[in-house]
Amino acid sequence: MNVLVCVKQIPDPNAPGRLDPQTKRLVREGVDLVLDPGDEHAVEAGLQLVEKEGGEVAVISMGPPKALEAIRRALAMGAQRGLLVTDPELENSDALSTARAIAAAIKGQQFDLIICGTESTDGSTGAMPAQLAELLGLPLLSFAKKLEVSDGKAVIDRQTDEGYDVVEAPLPAVVTVTGGINEARYPALRGIMQAKNKEVKQLGLAEIKLNGQAGKAALTQEVVDVAPAEARKAGEVIEDKGEGARRIADYLTQLKVI
Amino acid sequence: MAGVWVFAETVDGTPQPIVLELLTKARSLGDTTAISLGPGAKKAAAALGSYGAKKVYVHEDPAFRDVLATPAVDLLARLIEKDNPDIVLFGMTYDGRDVASRLSARLGTALIANATDVSTSDGGFKVINPVFGGSLLVTTVPKAAPPTLVLIRAKAITAEPRDAGPPQVEILTDPVDLSKPVARVLRREKEKASGPRLEDAPIIVSGGRGLGAPENFKMLDELASELGAAVGASRAVVDAGWKPYSFQIGQTGKTVKPSVYIAVGISGAMQHTVGMKGAKAIIAINKDPEAPIFKLADLGVIGDVHKVVPQLIEEIRSRKGK
Repeated sequence: MNVLVCVKQIPDPNAPGRLDPQTKRLVREGVDLVLDPGDEHAVEAGLQLVEKEGGEVAVISMGPPKALEAIRRALAMGAQRGLLVTDPELENSDALSTARAIAAAIKGQQFDLIICGTESTDGSTGAMPAQLAELLGLPLLSFAKKLEVSDGKAVIDRQTDEGYDVVEAPLPAVVTVTGGINEARYPALRGIMQAKNKEVKQLGLAEIKLNGQAGKAALTQEVVDVAPAEARKAGEVIEDKGEGARRIADYLTQLKVI
Repeated sequence: MAGVWVFAETVDGTPQPIVLELLTKARSLGDTTAISLGPGAKKAAAALGSYGAKKVYVHEDPAFRDVLATPAVDLLARLIEKDNPDIVLFGMTYDGRDVASRLSARLGTALIANATDVSTSDGGFKVINPVFGGSLLVTTVPKAAPPTLVLIRAKAITAEPRDAGPPQVEILTDPVDLSKPVARVLRREKEKASGPRLEDAPIIVSGGRGLGAPENFKMLDELASELGAAVGASRAVVDAGWKPYSFQIGQTGKTVKPSVYIAVGISGAMQHTVGMKGAKAIIAINKDPEAPIFKLADLGVIGDVHKVVPQLIEEIRSRKGK
């Protein structure tokens, strides 16, 4: 069972992010960068599968050279090898460029399953996994909150507004997993030490042979403005000294709810 | 006039609420065509017309219901090649996102997600999407050849019917190609929730980590039943398994716009607030005075939810008794 997990390095989601008003891009300087917490669930799902079925988990990311740290984190969790697609020309890529670069970087390699988070925590577009599936001609099992593999098939519980659908696809397939699928493991010290010696291959645009199909030359869209939204005004904040509930009830009465 | 298409998701012949929102926006942008797929698709055509579709493409093959994304992508790609629309609007739903994403890779077109508004600009389109929990609005213009694919968030647009005759309906019967490997739905499971649906509820009582333990949701159920409210939850407690996903409100959950939203033990991370900041009135109870939820609450109570909520239930009961 060969599993590929796609991961992304993002600014720490617990720190408030901001955009540079000039470049309209995310400010990366002075912000802690972490492996996207959503991707930790994807790595965990891959590790659990190979622990049961045998095989290995490879991790791929596209990003600046610093994104190597996010790959190392996944390797410390237990993934066997890493692949980083990095090239100055790929800066500011949109989802489709990213999908094309990843599809090109893994050309010729055989994976039974490609696992991604449903969406990045910073961009929240959620398009890349489906685009990757399309480019590779594979079925996509999306929004999985449960994943099982047997007899050359993957079966998931796919989230819906009312509950879930049980969905099946033959391998190879692309799967996106939600945060609810598992509890991601914390890398042990031994894992962190071992990760330092695991192979991480770095590829540039020249190696993946994507002439003009990814990166700046292939941008499908452009951000032309970033403006503050009309902020909701904060109302009254009181400290509860026994009258908090009554004040809420007063407000609900005023709103004609009670 | 611009050719504006709407991917019209329906269930048993009834359009999903988001579809009526999309059509309301679409008809302000140009000549609107709806694509209605799966069993019951034809029955939905009249409703689609009354919200703005001049033309409806209908294909009733059950594969559109039972196979994820690919049959719809194949058909849309064929129709787009034939008609050359300028823009296609999708709801930011599970299926909408899968279909629009695959289609963008198939056609090499721009896909703009999380949109809350689309308008025409210099003969093209510009799309607004909020970032950082809605504190900033980003305007994006497409650079690739049309059509531009746009995924629009639920409840970003208010659906309004229009006065118009029935739409022109074109029934398609071309065979669905299932020769390639596909993802197929085996069965559908519904998780029962009591009370009104979150999406429609005028009042929502929502709980987060600050409740301390899953069993403490019981007091929210009690509060909700006193108010005729629906119960929601933050992503943190859904990920922790306290509540099923169908309760989740926020970026990766449901977007709600109730008259009153009561956030109990919810800190107010952007991931959550983006799904509820459209509420008319927001009440927050949290023990942390620094919790960001207090920055948007109309009334915030800094206090212990285990004291305030039971007192509130008593207070409401006694007032209703009067």
